[in-house]
Amino acid sequence: MFPYHSHQMNPAWNYGPVLSVQNISHSFGAKQILHQLSLDVQSGDWIGIIGPNGSGKSTLLSLMSRAQAPSRGEIFLQGRAINSYKRKELSRHMAVLQQEALPPVSYTVREVVEMGRFPYQSFWGLEKEDSQVFIDGIMERLQLEDLHDRPMDQLSGGQRQRVALAKLMAQSPDIVLLDEPTTYLDIHYQVQFMEMVRSWQNDCGLTVISVLHDLNLAALYCNRLVVLEDGKLVAEGSPDEIMTQEQLEDVFQVNTVIVEHPEIERPQILVSPNLPTRKVK
Amino acid sequence: MKTRVIQQKNTWGKTLAVGTTGIGLLLLSIVLCLAIGSVYLPAGEITLILLNKIPGLQSFIPATWDPTSEQIMLQVRMPRVMLAMLVGASLGLAGAAFQGVLRNPLADAFTLGVSSGASVGAALLIYFGLQYALLGQWTIPIVAFMTGVITLVFVLQMAKENGKIPIETLILSGVVVQAFLGSIVSLLVALSNQAVNEILFWTMGSLAFRGWEYSGVVLPYFLVSLLLLLAYSRALNMLALGERQAAHMGLHVERTKWIVLLAATFVTAAAVSVSGVIGFVGLVVPHLLRLLIGSDYRLLIPMSAVGGAIYVLWADTIARTILSPTEIPLGVVTAFIGAPFFAFLLIRRKKQRGAVS
Repeated sequence: MFPYHSHQMNPAWNYGPVLSVQNISHSFGAKQILHQLSLDVQSGDWIGIIGPNGSGKSTLLSLMSRAQAPSRGEIFLQGRAINSYKRKELSRHMAVLQQEALPPVSYTVREVVEMGRFPYQSFWGLEKEDSQVFIDGIMERLQLEDLHDRPMDQLSGGQRQRVALAKLMAQSPDIVLLDEPTTYLDIHYQVQFMEMVRSWQNDCGLTVISVLHDLNLAALYCNRLVVLEDGKLVAEGSPDEIMTQEQLEDVFQVNTVIVEHPEIERPQILVSPNLPTRKVK
Repeated sequence: MKTRVIQQKNTWGKTLAVGTTGIGLLLLSIVLCLAIGSVYLPAGEITLILLNKIPGLQSFIPATWDPTSEQIMLQVRMPRVMLAMLVGASLGLAGAAFQGVLRNPLADAFTLGVSSGASVGAALLIYFGLQYALLGQWTIPIVAFMTGVITLVFVLQMAKENGKIPIETLILSGVVVQAFLGSIVSLLVALSNQAVNEILFWTMGSLAFRGWEYSGVVLPYFLVSLLLLLAYSRALNMLALGERQAAHMGLHVERTKWIVLLAATFVTAAAVSVSGVIGFVGLVVPHLLRLLIGSDYRLLIPMSAVGGAIYVLWADTIARTILSPTEIPLGVVTAFIGAPFFAFLLIRRKKQRGAVS
């Protein structure tokens, strides 16, 4: 069994959405990127944020992660304004996988994974409990044992992304935010990555919020999809509700055929080479 | 489970091996550099005198040596050796810290203009003949320290943007301020028509005629900075992954940058104010150690202090003996040895890489 270091949740919070985005707007200079957007995320959800390029997906994720503050509106994590969290405290609840891969530094895999324990360490770098066994579990789970003393600059893209995931696990958060985690991976590593997140979620009751470009992967793994268009939330629902020909044509300007996955009950998309002519952007 | 045992053994083994080697080399260097000089003192005798001075060991080691040897060692050579180590350790430590936070291979202890700031202070005093005014021998150190720190504050203010310090702006600000202050120093050098230019000598560094009290001045700055930077060494490792990555792991990035930059600058200003500008130590020592022991700052920070101490200790010994009784400026020696040695290491690593791939 995977030893999961659970920590103290906010004692005042025991109901309601784990993350609540309330009426946020965000502008960058004169350009408004998000318009009065609200979203509630329930504990254990895997949310997929989808939408065309420039629709504000990554901005929304970065506001949720507190990397930026919204121009207007507020975000609550477990019932408390996200701004009121101390940095280390926030990192114990929430871990973020950025769109850019980990840089090719000369630190070993194990050293990078251990950096994820930072929010649990004191000023001098000591932890209350020894986390070595916990880290061992993560290394084993993500098949990183043989790579443990390999420097990061000698790894392939897929391996590096696994290290990034291991580092998130070391943070043992309640929520993870993933910004296009599969973009640079080949199809094997894409599925491997998503499966690893899914098994982590199943074991630990994790909440996952991910920006995904690949709609088929989104339909396979997410239980709820949120569609952004021009900075507005235009639809949300289960993959079956969202993955319709009309919806996709409207938002993405493509003609599609929706089929059911022959092995699991999830919609999958076949794109048609003929672009719709109705609306030209 | 197996992974962990091996891993921990590796980490501890490496830390222990590197630490012991470093400290061993430093102790050996101390004894050898004390021995070398116009009057030769045997290394065995030096070791005995040193051990005799350790509290508690006195009764076991009878004083069998010539009292003049002890005089030369304790009054003349030891203060200088001590100061060389402290100045070197300070510059090495600060260099590693600057490289960590600025993430720029050309960053060193002087990147933010501390040395040129201190130089302007010292140069003005010397130019107007005020080097012993008011505070005696401490006039130059105190003024140089102050102008060095003021320069840093100015550079930081110049680079600050909405309470944050963007790295590129910071480095550029440092370079611009350095160029400007450097031109003032050059102007003062050109205007003063001494045969042996005192300003020029100050900007090339020296540890001659410095008694114990100079070490006493640098020591507290060194100790405080060392402790702070050791505590922040994990933070420097995290910053290597990028500022945003580090922030997502719970690091207060801007606060870390301020504290590390200030600690490194204060220790540099303290060292420079007593010794003048000794270039190349803060640049070359951390890079050299990176090639030898890797770039984990938990090891790199303390070892850069040890490495800087050894480096300046030997450079100063060469500076005072090779053309004895004339002394060569210390900054000349540090660059003259440092640059070729660094080039050699770079070429060797390039060859090793070529062999691997």
